[in-house]
Amino acid sequence: MADLVLDGLAAGLRVAVNQTGPIPLAAEFTCQPGELLALVGPSGSGKTTLLRTIAGLYRPQGGRVECAGDSWFDAERKHSLSPQLRQVGMVFQDYALFPHLTALENIQLPLRHLPQPQRRELAEQWLAKVRLEGLGKRYPNALSGGQRQRVALARALARDPKVLLLDEPFSAVDQVTRRRLQRELALLRQQIAIPILLVTHDLEEATALADQICVLHNGVSLQQAPPDELFSRPASPLVARLLDRHNLFEGVVIAVEGQRRLQWGACILEVAEGLANLSLGETVTWYLPPSDIVLHRRDRPSQGERENPLAATVEELVVLGGITSVSLRVQHGDMLRFDIATHAVRRNQLTRGAGVNVSLLAAGIHLLPGHRVRADAHDKRK
Amino acid sequence: MDWSALSVSLRLAGFTCLILLPVAIWLGRALAYARFRGKGLCEAFVALPLVLPPTVLGFYLLLSFGRDAPVGSLWADLTGDGLNFTFTGILLASLIANLPFAVQPIQRAFEHIPHNLREAAWCSGLGPWQTLLRIELPLVWPGILSAAALTFAHTLGEFGVILMVGGAIDGETRTLAIAIYDRVQAFDEQGAAQMSALLLLVSFITLGLVYGLAGRRRWARG
Repeated sequence: MADLVLDGLAAGLRVAVNQTGPIPLAAEFTCQPGELLALVGPSGSGKTTLLRTIAGLYRPQGGRVECAGDSWFDAERKHSLSPQLRQVGMVFQDYALFPHLTALENIQLPLRHLPQPQRRELAEQWLAKVRLEGLGKRYPNALSGGQRQRVALARALARDPKVLLLDEPFSAVDQVTRRRLQRELALLRQQIAIPILLVTHDLEEATALADQICVLHNGVSLQQAPPDELFSRPASPLVARLLDRHNLFEGVVIAVEGQRRLQWGACILEVAEGLANLSLGETVTWYLPPSDIVLHRRDRPSQGERENPLAATVEELVVLGGITSVSLRVQHGDMLRFDIATHAVRRNQLTRGAGVNVSLLAAGIHLLPGHRVRADAHDKRK
Repeated sequence: MDWSALSVSLRLAGFTCLILLPVAIWLGRALAYARFRGKGLCEAFVALPLVLPPTVLGFYLLLSFGRDAPVGSLWADLTGDGLNFTFTGILLASLIANLPFAVQPIQRAFEHIPHNLREAAWCSGLGPWQTLLRIELPLVWPGILSAAALTFAHTLGEFGVILMVGGAIDGETRTLAIAIYDRVQAFDEQGAAQMSALLLLVSFITLGLVYGLAGRRRWARG
């Protein structure tokens, strides 16, 4: 069974890195061919260092890097392939285009093993793939930020790499260009069947582009999962906080008429799964995705209203364009936070101080046994 | 016009450039990239000839080139010749006196190459030599050019160090700058004026050439 799992991963990228200093690292993640894995985390969380480790530009004290069945780095065997031999396609944060070479020459540089006519033809093809036909003779300083990024992407892919590494590739361009480039990357992905790693601190970007997200904090990989799962089932309060999720609370496991329930202040909550494994009287941290909070409409009842209904007071309404962030204070003091469309705020006549009813969907309640809400917030090394 | 002095000056400047530039590229690159203890000391040592009075530098070189000093005796063992008052002696002195003029522009140029440009070259499959030839040298080219110009022009004008180490032996160590001084001492103002004008012209042309070439890089224009 273990072998089967390993075989399945052999074609992809497997990284396990650990060291105590100077940059503490304890990270592990995998990425399948054709899959896009986003490494997210605040600045200083080691994202770029991990990318550089894969490229062979940084050598950590311990760990392994394997790609397409080849060992690129193995600290135990003191084995480390040079960046030249690893065949990675890397897009640097500021693109690192060679300023003295034209766009076409930049793309041709990794193709030096081919005869010149073929080299040129291939580079022209890549230029066309990133929609820069006719700009091949321009020097990088005569290209816009978005065009530079495309040249960098073409240069990285021209080498027929075994893994594509993108270090904050959209951070140096304006938002309109960023959207367009993200779209193009999503389209380009369909043509390349290699693992793609994207380093970003932009959660929205990671959610939009990635198949898997790996959350990093102080060099430690906390959780790797598809975006949906990550946002609905964070592995710890710290992960939830790093993902800018709120709605973390503590409750006590109780029994009501023989059924396990979660007592939260004065509310008794039904939970779809997880309670059975806990002992009665145990305090457990739980999380609720904002999408699983259902606001009861005043005019007519909506689906799911019978699940965990409770009354609350509107504490705060923050209008951010079409979306309004709503904070509700529950009777015992905890605060529920979720976003709804601004027109729904108007329709439901939500105002500060108004009383509302909401339902907390039982299937959304995610229990985090063994974690305290605040315990690991300050523990940086955990 | 003292043609033999002009010939000595041009030979001295030419050889100094030829020998010093490869050394300066290696040393400038090493100083730009390396992080080690005592790097500041190394840089101070390279820069020393910049602030030291030429006569002081010349004096120490004169002492160390003597046949009973380590450098002088080693040279005598190897070649059978002395260093003081020979063309080889002033060439060696000129190499040392010009070290900062050659190294510093090249070091600055290497320091200005963004670090990830080299990494991008490695990730593109270029080995260290290929990276040096195809990426680094084209990028530091203006630095090398200005190092060459500064070294050449400075050697033509060098006076104190050459006089201390070489004296003024016709056809061997009397450079144009020293010949001008000789002419003035001999009240031959016209001869001094001719040679001064020539030196001015050569220096100006050298620098003009360099700045002209450096400005021609298409990719560097914004």
